[in-house]
Amino acid sequence: MPESTERGALTEAVYYILLALHTPMHGYGIMQFVKEISKGRVNLGPGTLYGAINTMLGKGWIKALENGLDSRKKEYEITELGRNVVEEEIQRLEELIINGKKAVRGEEI
Amino acid sequence: MKSVVRRLFVNFEKEEKWINDMAAKGMNFIDYSFSRYLFEKGTPGEYVYRIELLNNLPSHPESKAYIEFMEETGAECVSTYWRWVYFRKKAADGAFDIYSDYDSRIKHYKRVISLVAAVMILNIVPAISNLYLGLFLGAKSGIYANAFVSIANWIVVVTFMPMIVSYVKKIRKMKKEKKLYE
Repeated sequence: MPESTERGALTEAVYYILLALHTPMHGYGIMQFVKEISKGRVNLGPGTLYGAINTMLGKGWIKALENGLDSRKKEYEITELGRNVVEEEIQRLEELIINGKKAVRGEEI
Repeated sequence: MKSVVRRLFVNFEKEEKWINDMAAKGMNFIDYSFSRYLFEKGTPGEYVYRIELLNNLPSHPESKAYIEFMEETGAECVSTYWRWVYFRKKAADGAFDIYSDYDSRIKHYKRVISLVAAVMILNIVPAISNLYLGLFLGAKSGIYANAFVSIANWIVVVTFMPMIVSYVKKIRKMKKEKKLYE
């Protein structure tokens, strides 16, 4: 992770978890969602997911929802801060794609 | 039908492989206490087992929250032993790996290394002092008790050392990969 103001790339797990949490979901739901949208390529390990959730809760990128009825299964949702992080990441990824296509295929964009 | 198998593992990865080999044969692991494994006869290949070392004892609130989370994802906490937890998941549910990236895998190996290293260091000091005492007292009085204790200490040191080396090598390899891939 760079020390300066420049932010590093999000990990694939973090990026996909943040995408998933645009809709409130619990842990298992996130795993299913990520597996589905990546067509089975990204299989989040529950231990890795748990660590990522706690780190992102600490950073305020996501928040835990208080569930009245079924409090055993904790649901999470992305915050405004988290949405900004995703937005910045999409811009960074777009830059990577555009430059990649230019360099490799000589496409003018 | 239940059956007990007595075995002692020092390396959790070898233990995990053995438990999974047993499960493939239809012997499903259900409980552990020191060197004693309890199995239940079932369908071969029904479960995949994973062993994990937690940061805290299973009774700790953080561990409880984690185990609860694991169970919500379809894993079952079969048994716990000190800070070690045995999880299993139905093989039909797909691949079961607790960690899916280098960072969390490295973190877990480091946790295991610090435990194993602590036990090893606790044995190195008495291994040396008992050897010295054993030889010194033995030569004087003919009682070699300390020397025998020293042998036990050395056995622990010698069995744990290659394990630490193998984990360190694994971490190094993953760190190298991490420079290129996530």
